Amino acid sequence: MNRQRLTGSRLAAIFLLGCVLLNYPVLFLIDDQAGVFGVPLVYAYVFAAWAGLIALMALVIERREA
Amino acid sequence: MSQAAIIIASFAYLGVLFAIAYYADRRADAGRSLIGHSTVYALSLAVYCTTWTYYGSVGRAAVSGIGFLPIYLGPTLMMALCWFVVLKMIRIAKAHRLTSIADFVAARYGKSQLLGGLVTVIAVLGVIPYIALQLKAVSGSLTILLHYPDIIVPARAAAFSAIPWHVDSALYVALTLAAFTILFGTRHLDASERHEGMVAAIAFESLVKLLAFTAVGLFVTFGIYEGFGDIFSRARLEPELAELLGAGGKSGSASGWAALTFLSMMSVLLLPRQFQIAIVENVDENHLRRALWLFPLYLLLINIFVLPIALGGLLLFGNGIDADTFVLTLPMVHHQQGLALLVFIGGLSAATGMVIVETIALSTMVCNDLVMPLMLRWHWLGLNQRTDLSGLLLGIRRWAIVLIVLLGYLYFRLAGEAYALVAIGLISFAAVAQFAPVIFGGLYWKGGTRHGALAGLCAGFLVWAYTLLLPSFAKSGWLSRDFLEQGVFGIALLKPQQLFGLSGFDEIAHCLFWSLLANIGAYLAVSLQREPDAREAGQAMLFVDADRLAQAPGRARFWRGRAEIEQLQPLLTRFLGRERAQAALEDYARRRGAASVETLRADADLVNYAENLLAGALGSASARLMMASVVKEEPLGLEEVLNILDEAHQVRAYSHQLEQQSRELSAATRELRAANERLKELDRLKDDFISTVSHELRTPLTSIRAFSEMLFDDPEIELAERRKFLGIIVAETERLTRLIDQVLDLAKIESGNAEWHSGKVDLREVVVQATEAMEQLFKERGISLELKLPAQVAPVVADRDRLVQVMMNLLSNAAKFCAEENGRVAVSMRQEDSAVVVSVADNGPGINAHDQAVIFEKFRQGGDSMTGKPRGTGLGLPISRQIIEHFGGTLQVTSAAPTGDAGANFFFTLPLQAAN
Repeated sequence: MNRQRLTGSRLAAIFLLGCVLLNYPVLFLIDDQAGVFGVPLVYAYVFAAWAGLIALMALVIERREA
Repeated sequence: MSQAAIIIASFAYLGVLFAIAYYADRRADAGRSLIGHSTVYALSLAVYCTTWTYYGSVGRAAVSGIGFLPIYLGPTLMMALCWFVVLKMIRIAKAHRLTSIADFVAARYGKSQLLGGLVTVIAVLGVIPYIALQLKAVSGSLTILLHYPDIIVPARAAAFSAIPWHVDSALYVALTLAAFTILFGTRHLDASERHEGMVAAIAFESLVKLLAFTAVGLFVTFGIYEGFGDIFSRARLEPELAELLGAGGKSGSASGWAALTFLSMMSVLLLPRQFQIAIVENVDENHLRRALWLFPLYLLLINIFVLPIALGGLLLFGNGIDADTFVLTLPMVHHQQGLALLVFIGGLSAATGMVIVETIALSTMVCNDLVMPLMLRWHWLGLNQRTDLSGLLLGIRRWAIVLIVLLGYLYFRLAGEAYALVAIGLISFAAVAQFAPVIFGGLYWKGGTRHGALAGLCAGFLVWAYTLLLPSFAKSGWLSRDFLEQGVFGIALLKPQQLFGLSGFDEIAHCLFWSLLANIGAYLAVSLQREPDAREAGQAMLFVDADRLAQAPGRARFWRGRAEIEQLQPLLTRFLGRERAQAALEDYARRRGAASVETLRADADLVNYAENLLAGALGSASARLMMASVVKEEPLGLEEVLNILDEAHQVRAYSHQLEQQSRELSAATRELRAANERLKELDRLKDDFISTVSHELRTPLTSIRAFSEMLFDDPEIELAERRKFLGIIVAETERLTRLIDQVLDLAKIESGNAEWHSGKVDLREVVVQATEAMEQLFKERGISLELKLPAQVAPVVADRDRLVQVMMNLLSNAAKFCAEENGRVAVSMRQEDSAVVVSVADNGPGINAHDQAVIFEKFRQGGDSMTGKPRGTGLGLPISRQIIEHFGGTLQVTSAAPTGDAGANFFFTLPLQAAN
């Protein structure tokens, strides 16, 4: 039960992180015509942050107790 | 590509879907579920992605760049919160067999039929445009594909509504989908309303649409262009497209972005189809774990190619073709027949998945929460006489499906092309967001009442309709645009999309703000008008404390009354059919260890079980009514429900109490251990005391005995010698007597048995009396005694004789330890604020710091007791201190230095009580 609670709290923290990373005003900071390998920075950033969040969720959920 | 080929491919695909569903149902009946896997669950959740995503995302990306993304970021974020929320909802829905979102809300607020009906109406009205959207997408893509290889766009084709209905492909698409849904969803009645076959087919469809969309994406990105970089760098050269590449500007305002994110967070749980898949169709709550990140991953994958396709289309076609169709038209202009067909099938997947699940969910709601409650009220229908209503239930659902799909078609015909796909979808999202306050509020707050929920839903729904739905009608040309531009009755403050002058928000953010404000405000304000009644309080506890109740052995039941198994059985048979009712009861009997169904006792547990069974088929509110018609129920008062709640709380309270007790116990153990230590210490002290007393007694005895023996043995001793010996014997005997007196005295004082004669005492008299008694002794030793007494001193309350005893003890000590020559003893007295201080100072050797601490202990004397001859009994000071402390004072000693003529200064204080 404690383990469940901890995982839940971690996921809630990821939620808060996501709310900040994938929202204005952070997106304004990225608003730049520059690009990575020709891909616009905002586009690359949103997908990278998104993928990062999913990876983090997977890590938290799939982690088994050692 | 021939028309026949396309139609055949479409039906072949539907056939495959049906085969999968059929196979999964067979497997489920055999007990080997095909969908018992978290990946299947995650894929079925992707029913969230409809044609709105499949075709519409590209359309939205073409006008707003990354502005299409919040609709998929929201669900990702929501999934992170689902760990608590969805798990709780799944547990509640399973425990009470809740089969739809309307049922969920109705059950939470005291099984209210009215509330269930209201939620159903809102859901149907809100979702029908969304179904229309699917029909539009399928028929549109069909039309485009049929004209292959020419690109015609239905939107720009000649007046669309001019097509007579009987040659309109959308109608046939709608009817096909309805028939398909009926086959899928209502082949038989299931008590838990789970459709394993449907879920398996939906999961398969999710795979197909992802595959098809990714195939187009790859083709556009790497087939037509040379990778992402190529598309983006070309787009950057066009000033209009370059604007789509950044944040801000065209991608929408910060408020719009946040509103869309929030809206999609709500929708991913509250859309009827999402609720159906995520909660009702959930087989095992553990599946949720992996789905929490697999589903967002799916959303990520299906969105990667959206912007490249949109840009690719815009680069190729400019604005000549509706961007909603790029997914299909791009492969077509490049003569990719197969890919185009695959895209069409993918779109068909997206549409059928949505329509099937949505209409099944809505038909359940319409049947259980709208039609049945009404039919059961209309006695002239004679439903109460019919013995098997399960067929009727299925019939209602089938008709509901047809009706809902046809309503969707009607909306599609009427709304036509007024709106882009995305806008329609968002109107639906905003409608179901109105469920959020009553559901999430109901999950975590016990204070919400039925009336509060009704008021909140009504207020939110009306504001939604006024700020979003009516304007959409106006924009479609069904209503005059006047009220949109000038406000109702020309009142500018009531302009639907700038309500009370609020501007600067886009229409979705604007509607969300006002509707949720009204919704939450009304929900809270009305709920707080009164305390929840008995039924509401009971249901609130079952919902809010679901997690805790799941662990408790036996749930609290809010039922009391009498029922007969002979009445329950026919009731179940009426709604579930004979076989299923019999099977359910036999299963129950087996679990309860009863020999047969007939011997079952219809207690609260069985009634609850039966009601749950009925709730699965009828909805909780109707099930409640039906049960009430056959069992004699004694209604519980609020007081009693609260008592039952208390009982439930008592379990928790009991464990708290146990914890508390164990804490207290360990505290008590600690105290006992400390007390034991103290006792041991006292025991040791007592032993010390006894051995010291024996030692002190032996010393005078030894000398008395020695001198007595000398006198006895030797009769020749001279008289003078003899007198001297006898004098010593007398002195030692006196000392012995004094010692024993003091030991007894001390014992009395310590045990509290001493007699005290308290009264007002003038300390000056005490001092004078004591000094007069000691005068002779002082004279003998040549010690000068100096008295410094004030003229008057306030009386203290004490025992006069005892104080004289203390004073004499101090004076005799002073006399003993004063300097050999020129001995001086000074007695002084002064009155302070609240006490009188008496001090006796000598000019002897003084007492060193170590001895100052010990001289008040029994039998301890200053100086080196091993070598020096004891000059007192060692009990005078302890007794004196006991006496002074008995009267609330203190006895202390100071000494300026170990040696020197400063000497020792004993002083005691006694509080002035008489003064007060």
